[in-house]
Amino acid sequence: MSSIMRPLIAVVAVTAAVAAASPLHAASEADFSVAYAAAEAANKQAGALRNQWTTTAATLASAKKAAAEGNFDAAVAASKDAEALAKASIYQANEQKDAWREMEIK
Amino acid sequence: MGGRRRGDIGVRSAIRFALGIVALAALLGSASAAETPNPAADAAAFKKFFTDKFPKVKLEDFVNGPYSMDEGLHRQWQEKEQFPPYEFAVETGKEMFSKPFKNGKSYADCFPNQGIGVRQDYPYFDTKGGKVITLELALNQCREANGEPPFSYVKDEMAALTAYMAFTSRGKPFDIKIPDDPRALEAYESGKRYFYTRRGQLNFSCATCHVQSPGERIRAEVLAPALGILNAMPIYRSEWSGMGTTSRRFTTCNSQIRAVPLDPQDDEYRDLEYYLSYVSNGLPIAGPGARP
Repeated sequence: MSSIMRPLIAVVAVTAAVAAASPLHAASEADFSVAYAAAEAANKQAGALRNQWTTTAATLASAKKAAAEGNFDAAVAASKDAEALAKASIYQANEQKDAWREMEIK
Repeated sequence: MGGRRRGDIGVRSAIRFALGIVALAALLGSASAAETPNPAADAAAFKKFFTDKFPKVKLEDFVNGPYSMDEGLHRQWQEKEQFPPYEFAVETGKEMFSKPFKNGKSYADCFPNQGIGVRQDYPYFDTKGGKVITLELALNQCREANGEPPFSYVKDEMAALTAYMAFTSRGKPFDIKIPDDPRALEAYESGKRYFYTRRGQLNFSCATCHVQSPGERIRAEVLAPALGILNAMPIYRSEWSGMGTTSRRFTTCNSQIRAVPLDPQDDEYRDLEYYLSYVSNGLPIAGPGARP
């Protein structure tokens, strides 16, 4: 093997390995199911705290729509966005348990 | 000598310990006093806040919401009152109110004073059921008790009925009572907590708009002060192209800040109405009203 070929093969091998491990690979229906379930669970928790956001519901709906269209990359991305929104609403509800008094007229 | 010194140190430590306990007790005492609900003090502070913020607005004028905020808006309100857009709702409500149910009874049988001139007493705390009863809820309870299906809480029939009942109560000061019942005080506190709690993706509380920013514009809308905000309910809103109840106002406020609204007449909304009405005690009923 020539001295030029050896590093080239190494670069190709590394690139292939990185590509395999990278999140850039196409998402599957199973990936979507996992991501969507996590988002739904977080939103349910926000519901128990009586503090769901309309944007979480809308993002969950768009995730479902993308999955129905077979676009699992978009579906997973939207599910993750929905989960982040739901977690933010949970944080807000917990933080406001005491912080509401800061605004009170006294 | 050494024994005496040891004794002094012992006494000093005991005194320090006792002083520490006294200080701690005083601290805990003041903390719990600060958190003890005091609705009367809340209502006084609430009124003072708004009258200080808007010294030119008469106390009773706060019930006109955004129209009380400056002279130009006040003129708009006066012009609107010449041909009030809620007039049809009052007429419809009057007709509905006097029409008997299938069993021959009517709304008048469900309310004190036949339902005339009683708006200022709602919501009240029902000590039997342990919950706040709003006028909207009382109307639907009346219907169901007489074998009639309940109305939607947000508009149409419910808005017409409450418009008529408010109209017969105009000028009467809000007279919301908190009975000597810990559950009533808890309902009041729960309403207060809801009012000041930030929610929704916009991270707004009711107070963000109606305490911190009354008189300011949010897009084209002039925000109403929280003081007297329920006295003019139900309202005709140009934005809705129709009438809306207190339930409609609460749920749409939540949607606007990107919070999923609760169901109309859920406990939180009933408690919120209880709190907001109580702190406006003494201000006249001005409903039905008209808003931009």
